[in-house]
Amino acid sequence: MSRHRLAAVFTATLLVAAGCGGTTKDNQSSSTDTQTSAAADPNAKLKEGLKIAYLPKQLNNPYSDVETSGGEEAVKELKGEYKKVGPNDASASSQVSYINTLIQQQQDVIVVAANDPNAVCPSLNQARAAKIKVVTFDSDANKTCRDAFINQATTEGIGQSLAKMALEQAGGSGDIAVLSATPNATNQNAWIEVMKTELAKPEYSKLKLVKIAYGNDDDQKSFQEAQGLLQSYPNLKVIVAPTTVGIAAAARYISSSSYKGKVQVTGLGLPNQMRQYVKDGTVKKFALWNPADIGYLAAYAGAALASGQITGAEGDKFTAGKLGPYTIGKDGEIVLGPPTEFTTDNIDKFNF
Amino acid sequence: MSRKLASWDTAIILLTVLVLIIASLAVDNFGTSRNFTFMVLDLLPIILVALPMTFIIVTGEIDLSVASTLGLTSSLMGWFWNHGLSIETIIPLCIVIGAVAGAFNGFLITGLGLPSLAVTIGTLALYRGLALVVLGDSAVADFPFNYTGWVTGTLSWLPWLDGAVPNVLILIVVLALIFGVILHATPIGRSLYAIGANAQAAHFAGIRVARTKFWLYVVSGAVAGLVGVLWTLRYSSARADNGAGLELAVVAAVLLGGVSIFGGKGSLPGVLAGVVLLTALQNALRLEDVSGQALNIVTGALLVLSVLLPNVISSIRGNWQRRKLRQSAAS
Repeated sequence: MSRHRLAAVFTATLLVAAGCGGTTKDNQSSSTDTQTSAAADPNAKLKEGLKIAYLPKQLNNPYSDVETSGGEEAVKELKGEYKKVGPNDASASSQVSYINTLIQQQQDVIVVAANDPNAVCPSLNQARAAKIKVVTFDSDANKTCRDAFINQATTEGIGQSLAKMALEQAGGSGDIAVLSATPNATNQNAWIEVMKTELAKPEYSKLKLVKIAYGNDDDQKSFQEAQGLLQSYPNLKVIVAPTTVGIAAAARYISSSSYKGKVQVTGLGLPNQMRQYVKDGTVKKFALWNPADIGYLAAYAGAALASGQITGAEGDKFTAGKLGPYTIGKDGEIVLGPPTEFTTDNIDKFNF
Repeated sequence: MSRKLASWDTAIILLTVLVLIIASLAVDNFGTSRNFTFMVLDLLPIILVALPMTFIIVTGEIDLSVASTLGLTSSLMGWFWNHGLSIETIIPLCIVIGAVAGAFNGFLITGLGLPSLAVTIGTLALYRGLALVVLGDSAVADFPFNYTGWVTGTLSWLPWLDGAVPNVLILIVVLALIFGVILHATPIGRSLYAIGANAQAAHFAGIRVARTKFWLYVVSGAVAGLVGVLWTLRYSSARADNGAGLELAVVAAVLLGGVSIFGGKGSLPGVLAGVVLLTALQNALRLEDVSGQALNIVTGALLVLSVLLPNVISSIRGNWQRRKLRQSAAS
């Protein structure tokens, strides 16, 4: 008795869902939404009392806490209302409910790190239809559904910074080596390429790149590679490690060896991992983008958008408080700028 | 058998109405048509999966694999779409795949006589694992806008309602009516309560217990497949991790709605109220900037109360009746 009725219900459900015609990936008409926006007024004053809400990938992540702390500082300077909301899990869909809530609360700006570039899109566009400006950071949403994206660093910026630090710490001349991640790591290879281009310039002529070693972003392998570099190249002056794993491993080796003070370690690292090596003199200087500045810049970009100073179009200009002037690049991208350099003087100001 | 609403169902329905009224008055931006749409979209997956789940729990069983079935159909939807199938083929196909996943549960439980809790915990992991095999960490996002837009959109043929009625609400109402009528007004529905109250007695009364349960799992899987499709279209994103954890929200709502986890008791109106109550409460608290952790505490506490209170009430009532009996015996 139950079999036929349940089967009937099931078939009915099928029939409801099955339509006619056929839309496939290849024949669907692509709908590109072109946002028509008013012209920017560069002289518009930044509004006060703007409601700026931060929606990181998830709450209670130390890195994103530093980012949003910068945002809080900037919103205070702007005399706005700061708010941070977010899901406990970094799932694609849980952010959407929060975006919807922010729409209902009539925020002026939503600053969001998208867990899924597409899943948040319909909601973000609903927010924009409700005159809310959307700025993304950390991980961008689809560019059709946000007004601006804060890019933490460009490949050129990082590569140039690595070359500059190597030159300074080698004292202008000598052998240097690179301790990278894996041989096919996209980011690291791009940075090393830029670094090589820099090294070809006349001011770097006395610097010689003798070897690129790969520690595979594995602590032990990186440690051994650092050891190997110094055995093969006893005159080495600087190890440049454009990876947080590599720089920490190299610094640990040098700090416990007789090369301490003679061979410099620099590159990209996390202040909390590198603090002890900066304090014991093994590392004089290393770099990374400052996460707090990302949140700070996002607040000013959002305020400039909400005040009509900029529309997010390429070439729009605005000033982001203590960080200075910025120009919007292609596809609404705003590049934070050269990475922050950490030395014994400033490292205690950073906790991430 | 008496078929009137149990008191807990009535209480939960009244509580839900009360919460809705208070939230509309006290929470800014709660009682707007846009927020209504957001809420309906948030409760869509929970309410649809809760319909067959109510049937299953009424018979004294459980299906914890629903969210993973959802993830599996979502992944497959992305995979099929990438391989050039038309969306009109993919949607029914996904529902069938959901039904097959449910049939597998049903076979293990009724064919081999394994406990449903253990089986569906197993397939919870299995189906989610398969979803990851299909799509890995990637996502498929380029579904046609006339479908994704329909799921998030509102009825346009009712201009006087000004976009206040989400399209998916119709789907919810139709399915809720079908399930409600079956559970409360047909012999099938009555047989489900009989199975939940005492499966052996039901068997001797001529109810085909195993076959009924098997089909419940098939329907549960099919609905999970449908919700996988709707979920994918709502977020325009087919991912293996879609809907993770949804099974707990569904079971929570069903129990909050007064369905006994031991089977044999409960009503669909109570379950619908349970879903609305949980969603509305979360929505209102988020609008009031209550943090995610506090939200979890509130819903958790509500759930514990929903299990605790009916027991306390019934034991008090039992005591009172016993005392009355004793008094009448004494006089």
